[in-house]
Amino acid sequence: MSATPAVSRREFLKTSGAGAGSLVLALHFSTLAPSEAALAAPASEFVPNAFVKIAADGAITVIIGKSEMGQGIYTSLPMILAEELDADWTRVRCEFAPVDPAYNHTVFGIQMTGGSTSVWSSFEQLRKAGAVARAMLVQAAADGWGVSAAACRTEKSFVIHDATGRRAAYGELAAKAAAGKPPAQVSLKDPRDFRLIGKSVHRLDTPAKCNGTATYSIDVNRPGMLVAVVARPPVFGGKAKSFDATAAKSIRGVKDVVEIPRGIAVLADGYWTACRGRDALKIDWDEGPLAGYSTEKQRAEFAAMAKTAGAVARKEGDVTAALSSASKILEAEYELPYLAHATMEPMNCVAEVRAESCEVWTGSQLQTLDRISAAQAAGLKPEQVQLHTTFLGGGFGRRAVPDCHMVVEAVQVSKAARAPVKLIWTREDDMRGGYYRPSFFHSLAGGLDEAGNVIAWKQTVVGQSIMAGTPFEPMMVRNGVDGTSVEGAADTPYLIPNLYVDLHSPKLPVPVLWWRSVGHSQTAFVVESFFDELAHAAGKDPYELRRTLLAKAPRHLRVLELAAEKAGWGSPLPAGRGRGIAVHESFESFVAYVAEVSVTPQGELTIHRMVCAVDCGPVVNPDTIEAQIEGAVIFGLTAALRGEITLANGRVVQSNFHDYPMLRIYECPQQIEVHIVPSTEKQGGVGEPGVPCAAPAVANAIFAATGKRIRRLPIRAQDLRSA
Amino acid sequence: MLTLVVNGKRSSIDVDPDMPLLWVLREHLGLTGTKYGCGMAQCGACTVHLDGEAVRSCVTPVSRAAGKNVTTIEGLSADLSHPLQRAWTEIDVPQCGYCQSGQLMAAAVLLRENPHPSDADIDDGMAGNICRCGTYPRIRRAIHRAAALMAEGKSR
Ligand code: FES
Ligand code: FES
Repeated sequence: MSATPAVSRREFLKTSGAGAGSLVLALHFSTLAPSEAALAAPASEFVPNAFVKIAADGAITVIIGKSEMGQGIYTSLPMILAEELDADWTRVRCEFAPVDPAYNHTVFGIQMTGGSTSVWSSFEQLRKAGAVARAMLVQAAADGWGVSAAACRTEKSFVIHDATGRRAAYGELAAKAAAGKPPAQVSLKDPRDFRLIGKSVHRLDTPAKCNGTATYSIDVNRPGMLVAVVARPPVFGGKAKSFDATAAKSIRGVKDVVEIPRGIAVLADGYWTACRGRDALKIDWDEGPLAGYSTEKQRAEFAAMAKTAGAVARKEGDVTAALSSASKILEAEYELPYLAHATMEPMNCVAEVRAESCEVWTGSQLQTLDRISAAQAAGLKPEQVQLHTTFLGGGFGRRAVPDCHMVVEAVQVSKAARAPVKLIWTREDDMRGGYYRPSFFHSLAGGLDEAGNVIAWKQTVVGQSIMAGTPFEPMMVRNGVDGTSVEGAADTPYLIPNLYVDLHSPKLPVPVLWWRSVGHSQTAFVVESFFDELAHAAGKDPYELRRTLLAKAPRHLRVLELAAEKAGWGSPLPAGRGRGIAVHESFESFVAYVAEVSVTPQGELTIHRMVCAVDCGPVVNPDTIEAQIEGAVIFGLTAALRGEITLANGRVVQSNFHDYPMLRIYECPQQIEVHIVPSTEKQGGVGEPGVPCAAPAVANAIFAATGKRIRRLPIRAQDLRSA
Repeated sequence: MLTLVVNGKRSSIDVDPDMPLLWVLREHLGLTGTKYGCGMAQCGACTVHLDGEAVRSCVTPVSRAAGKNVTTIEGLSADLSHPLQRAWTEIDVPQCGYCQSGQLMAAAVLLRENPHPSDADIDDGMAGNICRCGTYPRIRRAIHRAAALMAEGKSR
């Protein structure tokens, strides 16, 4: 699952060519050279490159530079390597890589996990790594037998020479292969010969996640470690004027109280005591510029802004002229709130700062920057910092933070207290700590001609920029347009002759961040809902109108038609039920959903069925794709039905799962069906693309069932009641 | 000093009797399989068994556990032989995995009380456990599967 830097591959390649060389993101293709850690392997182990180790007993360890947050790369990445290695899958294990340039993202150029890119961006790299290892094992066997390597084949961790019937296990060959030279060139398999890729394989991390042994950073323990919690300003942008820690320090078990730039940290011998210590702090806060701010105020400001012209994100034809000539004009405003990631494992980090070195344990999605930031905070060089990646108890983008605040805070506290420290955010800290999906306000106008053709689409988008102020800004913000604010809207594939999208990016001290599917998480709801409005206004079937206007978007069309077919679009439904459809591309994958819902007169919504069609190109582990789509549907519906962070008196109102609820098992759709399009097209992502269509499919189904148009998320019972 | 019996093992610990059982398990006994998710009985990540009953250890003062049998995920079975763990691995339920200890512990009580739960029974029994990754459809399937495995085990 993943999320983020939503720099799409295309976008990235486009912009990175344009003199962005100074950036950490400079285009960089990872080498296949062994990393420092890999080089420290024992001589009996065969370590042909940074990604695989083969031990004398035949155990194969695949080392992955990506982080596992539930999306399944702990299994799918080893599968890719094991395929070309012809490994015995039952002997394959996975290990998280240290921070090393060998593991840099092949497109983004730093070590990170995001943007639903892990599989496609590692595909060739890991295939090559496996093929090199295989070739060296074959050579070692052939040399030993005095036969030509070309006469040998491989299967399930054996090199086999059919002519003489000889077989040698990879483990036996490891030491000899280790002394060999990697070939200058290797050929890769024809995808038709894949034995592993494309078949559902059990996840390698499942066992550890079923007996409590999977280690998340919150589980890390160090000798002499203290637990810290931090009192942070109650209003974003505020700071402590003064504080009194006398009462806190008198609590048994509280060891220290230290001030760091982001707040006051209380250290204790355990979490519960640290929290009690924090409760006992007396702090005088300066609330800063956001004092007194509220969601209502923001809404009014955004709505006013939407009436003015913004930075142009897309312009086709002449939208003003088209609207004035239209025989029917539709206008609408759409609103979406701030959203918290609410990863199940709250934010936390373990840091151990010593005189000449520092170790950090964290569930990071952004290792390179986290390590650099840890070094800066510790007053050390990056090489002196060892960053250990653990399992992530959910990521969704929240653990890839350009300012690296989680790691920085832990390092600062460890340094100040001269002790290993586990810094934990309580659920309340996490919920109120910002880095939200920005809130958005959209103002739209659509025009139809007499025949009901859509001739004009005008959309003004208002919302904070995620990229502004980060190292990604020079690349992602062009001519005042943060591409991630309008992705999914400005690049709509609908054939509408007069199209205009502009953007306002108000600056506010509320920290915002990519949130599973980034801009698409809001644009798809708006675009797919308003499109539905236009279809109904034109008296056309929303599915048929989509088909017509997607005539030049074959992959959209394919998933749209598949979802409609599987859902029985157009077939009669029981009374009171309605179907809604939505289609969207994100992260180079194509997704269409059909939702089937009913609503009681009291406004109670039931989602009976979600039919999902996905085209993400060639598939590695089909079961993982199903799981990601199922999870993404529920993630998207949680936002659509429940998710809302609001501000009152400058403060975040919500604090925990009672007022920022998650969908529970009895609320999730009774049926979620996933249909994967067999595809040989370009590979896309899977972690995020399942989110965007969930809300509009359901909102459109609500309209079909009740005639009520949802233009504001989350969907409220009062918006659905008949009276 | 407080005496606790966790997964059949007795230990004496010197902690504030008001400290939630969760933190005693995690920080004093090193049993980190039980997770912190909300600290206010909302998410179920911290679910353990107290004399066989599912409790939210984040709001259970350790004093309440004194003299009782505490079972954590580590005690459900370390070798994944429990029918629920077998079903969970067969169906690959976990995504990030963070909620799953709590899900399994809640499901264990559900199945003990109702060996053949319907979907509605499962929805009821598992209502207190949040999964942010949305593994609910698989949790449902896996509980049905575990029920079948248990029935097979008995009829053998
Ligand atoms: S941590 Fe105990 S219920 Fe959430
Ligand atoms: S598997 Fe991630 S929260 Fe349940």
